[in-house]
Amino acid sequence: MSLFVDIQKKVGKFNLNVAFETNGGVLGLLGASGSGKSMTLKCVAGVEKPDRGRIALDGVTFFDSERGVNLRPQERRVGYLFQNYALFPHMTVRQNVLCGLRRERDKPQRERVLREILDLLGLPGLEERRPSQISGGQQQRVALARILAGKPNLLMLDEPFNALDSHLRGQLQVQTRRLLGEYGKETLIVTHDRDEAYRLCERIVFIDEGRGAEAKKTGELFANPESRQAAYLTGCKNVEDARRMGEYEVEVPLWGVRLRTALPVRDGLCAVAARAHSFTPDAADNRYPVRFTGEMEEPFETILHFRYESQSPDSPDLWLSVSKDKRNDARTGALGIAPEDVMPLYR
Amino acid sequence: MDLFPLWNSLRIAAISSAVVFFAGIFAAYYAARLPRALKGLLDVVLTLPLVLPPTVCGYFLLVLFGNRRPLGIFLAQFGLKFSMTWYGGILAACVVAFPLMYRTARGAFESFDKTLAYSAQTLGLSDAYIFWRIRMPVCRQGIMAGAVLSFARALGEYGATSMLIGYTPGKTATISTTVYQMWRTNNDAEAFRWVMINLAISALVLIAVNMLEKRGKEAGAG
Repeated sequence: MSLFVDIQKKVGKFNLNVAFETNGGVLGLLGASGSGKSMTLKCVAGVEKPDRGRIALDGVTFFDSERGVNLRPQERRVGYLFQNYALFPHMTVRQNVLCGLRRERDKPQRERVLREILDLLGLPGLEERRPSQISGGQQQRVALARILAGKPNLLMLDEPFNALDSHLRGQLQVQTRRLLGEYGKETLIVTHDRDEAYRLCERIVFIDEGRGAEAKKTGELFANPESRQAAYLTGCKNVEDARRMGEYEVEVPLWGVRLRTALPVRDGLCAVAARAHSFTPDAADNRYPVRFTGEMEEPFETILHFRYESQSPDSPDLWLSVSKDKRNDARTGALGIAPEDVMPLYR
Repeated sequence: MDLFPLWNSLRIAAISSAVVFFAGIFAAYYAARLPRALKGLLDVVLTLPLVLPPTVCGYFLLVLFGNRRPLGIFLAQFGLKFSMTWYGGILAACVVAFPLMYRTARGAFESFDKTLAYSAQTLGLSDAYIFWRIRMPVCRQGIMAGAVLSFARALGEYGATSMLIGYTPGKTATISTTVYQMWRTNNDAEAFRWVMINLAISALVLIAVNMLEKRGKEAGAG
């Protein structure tokens, strides 16, 4: 099972240029809003047409500008969960799900699949309701049921949990993760939420201003985001311009420090990033005097703002996050950071 | 009392609103997909009869379809004569009522959530199914409103109708031209009766619309 995407599309001033390949499992498309994630899904589904390029799933070419191939969305057998779920408002839950089953000609078989899918998603009892009469979480599952009923060869979920409150979101993420595992088909999930990406996706393509290439293992992307945008989107709070000093050393002029790294530093380095929980008063490495400038309470941790003694006024405060009980221990005169937590960025 | 004007008005309104219903939806559906510049131009042309005085529309119809005009002469070869015939009234009513159907249907289609069509396509539903079973029902309220407005407009048409088909009792007379003729010839009692008939029809149409709307709301679709 594999999905191949290499497309370009110009929409106004926006240039989409995305290339990636997957082989099985759940792939995340992570990017800020307006970065071209949804447009990518629409091109794969066939409801938008790329200007150039090629899209193929399991050896079936969906789109190939050179060979003039462009399958209709109806021929692609791709399940697409829209951000607003796109349930048909004038139809009942049952009728909505049956829309996904119209390829099945045998009526008893169709009823059987309908039952199965409603059971699987915990929807029995809602068959005769309309979308406006059920909750947001139920709507999401009806939309998922409608898609899964047609047994698509590829599943695409566009910000699937965006419209739900955080408690429900967590629950449905767990449920969906299990469901996707059982379904076992290629899945693309569009998200701008790092937790969601981390929980659901085995690999991630990072999309920045319409450009996206190469799927990375989720853990790798979080450990080594490589670009400023990716660092921000994976939740990194401390990012500053830097220059390469040696194979394992960078200088951050605005912080007035030099940091040793565990990752080799390549030419073309433009910045470094460090996560808020990476700094500690105990570390012997990369240890520099700091002063604390403020703090902010979070539900289960405290964010301490600090500056290096040598830091330029042009550079914003750095963030340190510690568990609440360690708050006072952290307020010492110097902080260090392990070389493996210093992340070199190249864009 | 000769009820011909009632029969004539109803058949003209019914036929022309049926024609306008499909023509308006068709035009609205395809106009929404045109490039912007062309859409703007088409929009002006298609909406013009709404803002022109009906007599001006009638004038243009006479210029086109008059007995001594090229198009009129051409059509006469096929036995079609739009001036001074009852079915000429259909033409007049169509021209005047069309923009109402077109405008309201276009508004409804433009507010239609595109992702509904997209998801229907990815589910493998045919384009015909998407149009008749999804787009039309979802846009139903706007389309119904357009149909009612165009029927009412066709029924009440006076200006273009009187220019094109005139008033011939038992041949081209409609309710609205009859009211004017009766009043002009000092037949107040007869004019009053036709006014009351017209009022009754209009009230019935409005009641029907309200009932339909209520049913639509109860069905929970929006």
